[in-house]
Amino acid sequence: MSLTAGVAPPRYLLGQALHAEWTKFRTVAGPSWLLAGVVALTVAVGAAAASVAQCQSATCGIDPATVSFTGIYPAQAVAAVVGVLAIGNEYSTGMIKLSLTAMPRRLTWFFAKAAVLTAAVLIAAALAIAGAALAGRLILPGHGFTPAHGYASLTSASDIRAAAGTVLYLTLIALLSLGLAAAVRDPAAAIGLVLGVLYLFPLAADVIPNPTIDRHLQQIGPLPAGLDAQATTGLNSLPLTPWQGFGVVALWAAGALLLGALALKSRDA
Amino acid sequence: MTTETVTPHRSPVAPERESFWYLVHAEWTKFRTVRGWVIAVLVTIVALPAMAFLGTDVSGGCAGTGSTASGTSSGTGGAAGCQAQPIGPGGEPVTDAFYFAHQPVTGNGTITVRVTSLTGHVTVPPAGSESDGPQTGPGLPPWSKAGIIIKENTSPGSAYAAMMVTGSNGVRMQWDYVNDTPGLAGGVSASAPRWLRLVRDGGTITGYDSADGRHWTLVGTAALPGLTSGMQAGLFAAMPSDGNYTTATGVFRHIGLSWPATGWTGTNVGGVNANFVSAPGTLRQSAGTVTLTGSGDISPAVGSEYSGSGQSLQRVLAGTFFGLIPLIVVAAMFITAEYRRGLIRVSLTAAPRRGRLLAAKAVVIGAVGFAAGLAGAILALAVGTRLLVRAGGLAWPVSLLTEARMAVGTGALLALVAVLALAIGTIVRRSAPAVALAIAVIFVPYLVALGPLQGANGEAPMWPLQITPAAALSVQQAVPRFYQLIAIYRPNAGYYPLPPWAGFGVECAWAAAALALAYYLLRRSDV
Repeated sequence: MSLTAGVAPPRYLLGQALHAEWTKFRTVAGPSWLLAGVVALTVAVGAAAASVAQCQSATCGIDPATVSFTGIYPAQAVAAVVGVLAIGNEYSTGMIKLSLTAMPRRLTWFFAKAAVLTAAVLIAAALAIAGAALAGRLILPGHGFTPAHGYASLTSASDIRAAAGTVLYLTLIALLSLGLAAAVRDPAAAIGLVLGVLYLFPLAADVIPNPTIDRHLQQIGPLPAGLDAQATTGLNSLPLTPWQGFGVVALWAAGALLLGALALKSRDA
Repeated sequence: MTTETVTPHRSPVAPERESFWYLVHAEWTKFRTVRGWVIAVLVTIVALPAMAFLGTDVSGGCAGTGSTASGTSSGTGGAAGCQAQPIGPGGEPVTDAFYFAHQPVTGNGTITVRVTSLTGHVTVPPAGSESDGPQTGPGLPPWSKAGIIIKENTSPGSAYAAMMVTGSNGVRMQWDYVNDTPGLAGGVSASAPRWLRLVRDGGTITGYDSADGRHWTLVGTAALPGLTSGMQAGLFAAMPSDGNYTTATGVFRHIGLSWPATGWTGTNVGGVNANFVSAPGTLRQSAGTVTLTGSGDISPAVGSEYSGSGQSLQRVLAGTFFGLIPLIVVAAMFITAEYRRGLIRVSLTAAPRRGRLLAAKAVVIGAVGFAAGLAGAILALAVGTRLLVRAGGLAWPVSLLTEARMAVGTGALLALVAVLALAIGTIVRRSAPAVALAIAVIFVPYLVALGPLQGANGEAPMWPLQITPAAALSVQQAVPRFYQLIAIYRPNAGYYPLPPWAGFGVECAWAAAALALAYYLLRRSDV
């Protein structure tokens, strides 16, 4: 006689997993504060950068969208922490054993986590970029970013594409972090790895004198590729077109999620 | 109820356990017995020399030939604008391209001239469409120059001394590419001409200037020990080009040579295709007046891709950024791992004076960072210098003292970053945010300074590298800054906005402030 006789077989629905993960995410103070930090950093650093940027002539070559969204340099580190902690906390507190006992379908559990993270970061990033774009629009025309210098409007189609691309970039960075954290498990090592992947590509491209290697690094690195996605001026000289750049970041995130899913599926928790 | 004063029991502590160094030893044991941490620090050490391979790979760029070849104007590589890199008398990469009206002279003597005009042509924005060619107009950049020069020969990189009028820096005496001394201030015009004189006496050349041709003032004395008896003396004009069309025109009268005059020969020193040169020079003579038009520059080759392939030795330390990440992870975990595992309670029971525990941790992780940085930097400098030479790149020559400062400075930089990460870990207590914060305070200022705020001309606000912990990267600066050369003094060309030890001091202040806050919070908070 089976012990489970008379008990309804458990149904591990994605909806339940999503609800459970959303409850976990929402009831812990950490992620909310960190996401508030993403918004605050993006807007504050963007406004600071806009107020020091100066365009003296039509050939100043400064991209107003890139200036307004300077805040994503530090904010992506915070988004990465959110992504790493979403799974790293489960490992560091031992909660993972409980979670996987309650939800033995590990991939369902993992993708429910990813979905909740995506929604939360997407909302925070949209708020952050809207705030930064607004700050840029208020400040930049006073610093020489005027129609006379070739900046006809700061709400053209390419500006909207740049803003949308930056929102998606921050979201993809959080997912990249989630995937790598699932693969590495240790939160400190995972965040070191994520920030290494983000920050070292542009630094290496900057100090390496060989122009061929330089250009390839700018094409494959997620941060330089993401910056291509938010460019509005000088599009012809970019190493990638904006949507190609966005595609590179999406590939990084997809690869990291796949790696994390494989590690989660094949390893003991 | 009886109330009794109970003296809490304290187990007898061996006297040596009271010692701070006992605590340091305990922390060192904690560090060295975690295999992952030791591996991470080894990665830090290896990252520096490993990245030297990429940092010195100049094969795709404008590699110099490393010779003081005669004035060949043909490019050495396939890329446009690649030239044989002239080497100056001090072994430094130089730019030596200008228009020279010269005649051969022998032995001691004097050349005197009156300059009545210096004018220039520059590209004026907006740049013309490609079919029209560049739009030009009058313009005189600050270091446009025309004057008299005595030069070993017409090969680029040969020794020289020159007296000149400049666009807006008055009369200058310059010699051997790196030396510059001011003379009379103010511009030159027909109503305010400038008299210039060079006197050669053996191995020294002395420069004088005068506003009236009667009262002479000594400007400077140049020692050119390698100068032989025969040399070239004459007039020159040059204007540095940023890749656009620029020329300077000087008008000379009352040319006096103590040597027998043999007539002027016009030469584009460095060839007409040299970096910095936008157009061949011209020489016009009429009724005692010589008019020279030329472009190019006579200067050190640093700071910008236009000025040649001179490299900063700092390039070989490009791996510092790669080494910092594993070190920061370990340094933050050195304390956050204790919080995560609850080991901090045991540590603080064993060492109840919390400040001493923090100090012991700082000493251990600082020493580890210093040793790793020093070892990595020495390896990188040893390997990288050879790689740079083999690749045909030219590093600006640095003294042994500078090289020692770069190596020790890199060690000190890594030590401070480790202590800063430890302090942040103590403040934040959680691994991931602590590591992210410690990485971001170094990397983000550097990226922001070079990234979005940089205009088409390469200029960017540098204050992020003056006030943040990233300022300490200036300890790796290997190339001097030349105020007489307008160049893009950017971090990736080896220039930081602060002097080496000042930048280091900024990071010291950050680390000290973070440690103080960590100490305050550690004492005040429950664990």
